[in-house]
Amino acid sequence: MSELNNTQPPQMEFSDDLRRRNLSGRIWMVVFRLSTVVGIIALVTLLLNIINQSAGYVHYEAKVDPDTLRVDGIPLEEQSKEQLMSVLQNNLSSGAYNKLDRDKPFAERDRGEVYDLVFDRVVKYKVEETWLLWDSLTHSREIKASVPTEQSGTELKFVVWANWDFLRRQQSSDPVLAGVRTAILGSLWTISITILAAFPLGVMAAIYLEEYAADNWINRIIRTNINNLAGVPSIIYGILGLAIFVRVLEPFTSGTLFGITDPTTANGRTIMSAGLTLALLVLPLIIINSQEAIRAVPGSLRNASYGIGATKWQTVWSHVLPNAMPGILTGTILAVSRAIGETAPLVVIGASTVIFFDPENPFSKFTTLPIQIYQWTSRPQDEFRFLAAAAIIVLLAILLTLNATAIFLRNRFSRRY
Amino acid sequence: MKQIILNYPEARKSLKRRPRWGESIIQGLLIFSGFFSIFTTIGIVYELGKEALLFFREPAVNLWAFLTGTQWQPHIEKFGILPLLTSTLITSTIAMSIAIPLGLGVAIYLSEYATPKTRNLLKPILEVLAGIPTIVYGYFALTFMTPLLRTIFGQDTVDIYNMASAGLVMGILILPLIASMTEDALSAVPRSLREAAYGLGGTKLEVALKVVVPAAISGISAAIIVGMSRAIGETMIVAVAAGAGPNFTFNPFKGAETLTGHIVRISGGDLSYDSIDYNSIFAIGLMLFFITLTLNIISQQIVRRFREVYE
Repeated sequence: MSELNNTQPPQMEFSDDLRRRNLSGRIWMVVFRLSTVVGIIALVTLLLNIINQSAGYVHYEAKVDPDTLRVDGIPLEEQSKEQLMSVLQNNLSSGAYNKLDRDKPFAERDRGEVYDLVFDRVVKYKVEETWLLWDSLTHSREIKASVPTEQSGTELKFVVWANWDFLRRQQSSDPVLAGVRTAILGSLWTISITILAAFPLGVMAAIYLEEYAADNWINRIIRTNINNLAGVPSIIYGILGLAIFVRVLEPFTSGTLFGITDPTTANGRTIMSAGLTLALLVLPLIIINSQEAIRAVPGSLRNASYGIGATKWQTVWSHVLPNAMPGILTGTILAVSRAIGETAPLVVIGASTVIFFDPENPFSKFTTLPIQIYQWTSRPQDEFRFLAAAAIIVLLAILLTLNATAIFLRNRFSRRY
Repeated sequence: MKQIILNYPEARKSLKRRPRWGESIIQGLLIFSGFFSIFTTIGIVYELGKEALLFFREPAVNLWAFLTGTQWQPHIEKFGILPLLTSTLITSTIAMSIAIPLGLGVAIYLSEYATPKTRNLLKPILEVLAGIPTIVYGYFALTFMTPLLRTIFGQDTVDIYNMASAGLVMGILILPLIASMTEDALSAVPRSLREAAYGLGGTKLEVALKVVVPAAISGISAAIIVGMSRAIGETMIVAVAAGAGPNFTFNPFKGAETLTGHIVRISGGDLSYDSIDYNSIFAIGLMLFFITLTLNIISQQIVRRFREVYE
């Protein structure tokens, strides 16, 4: 109809339209590309923002100028443990010195600890002012001019907050001396418990669902349920952990059941509770990933095994599992890296109190790296923000290592049938 | 020889009947592990329900005031959930208005426009973005987004702790989730559909928007709903950046505590059992659980009902 009535040459209309369509195609392509660029910019900004806060000039005021504490002209940094002890002895009252010895005998402390003590008790650095990395690099002359370094006890240092001492030192309320060792140990302990509990349980559940379960209503409910659990907000697991592990199972999670009476243990708010809570959280992820890995093992392998007279479990144990293991491990590592970064459930089960001592067993009170970051971020002073940035760098480095391992495993051991 | 042949049916029977205790024990363990997830769900519903019930039994609390009250002030015995709910909705809405357009844009670009080389480079970046712990995003909101908003809109209009900053950063957090789920859905649309559309003279954009996207619409809606449920349950960003203290306001530049943020702040200190605060986090948690569960179930139903199955 329209062709008959059309007085204009159809060619003309078609090309007009084509120009419009191509134009809108080009515009939208730019839009799609732009949104990708925005995503990348967001990631880069996030990383740069953290790096920007993780180093820079710091203006210290010392109560006692470290230069005056030289022993035989040797500066503090190069003094031996004995020389550092003599510095402590000379500058502290004998009562204070003896109390330090009683808390932990000097014979048991290594040089680093004594060195920290000198700064903690004698030098007493106080942070007066801090600068971001960007300002420190671009305005270094103005910053240097603004700090009267010639005054005794005044010092301007370029500090990289995520340094070796930061990893080695315990948590402290003094930003100059604070470190993440307590938090890293807490994270390691917690994650070990999580893996010990969730890995076997998750893999066994996946084996059941893939190899044993018939396709009936109850197993369909289990499958749907696992998918739903994977979508439950992590904070809900925290509330569950608080009610069950911290409260109901307190005799178990505080260790009194095993005769451990640790005075620092606070009613079930322990590594054990945290690890088990995180185990519940990552269990659905481990099951789903393991199921996929088991499903990828071809049926011919199973049939070959049955064919030579193996039982069901023999088939699963010696043929299905070894072939699915790279996939299962990759999935588990990814789930664990999720658990390492979790903060909310641990805050809810009560890990957010400040801890100055390293955890010694699964029934100790603890803090973890993300919780340490949360606490430092919540403090108003800039220097704690910088510590948080440094701790974030440590956390991201750990996660990056784990993810790289997962990708390596996937590429190295994955087989195609 | 003769004997064996004679006894063959007997032998087969005994082999079959031979009890394999090891196998049975292992199978029992496997069944237990399989059912463990059910126990977890029952545990969540039972514990949240039990403590929430205690909360509603308190004389100071009644269900109607809980659902409609505009004040959440435990010290003067006002328990209205609305201030917590509105701030959760505001932060999630801001997050979704960032994450949906950008996430879909990224997904369409990756699946339809990008060369395989670019895609192989960009997908890992998205995965990295998705793997960053949320506390890091919280830090980013507080130390970057808030100062940025305050310079743009003025120190007086934007509070130090505000919902806008938390919502925007939450959008960045959810972007990779929506993008990668949508990308999976788009990639699952068979090539033949695209080729047919090109054969009819469609431009690249028309093929993408009028053929591929509608074919993958169930996967895309599921991605959006999962993103929404993630936004509502997101905790650390709002706990760090959105402010402490319930506040009934619709101004995104003001600070207000969300459902999750409130739970974190209340339980941050040493909470004593059976206090009204302790019970209240279970009531809030139960609410959160049902909201996210409903969203997740809807998303699964969409995938199941409306999925176009191609060979």
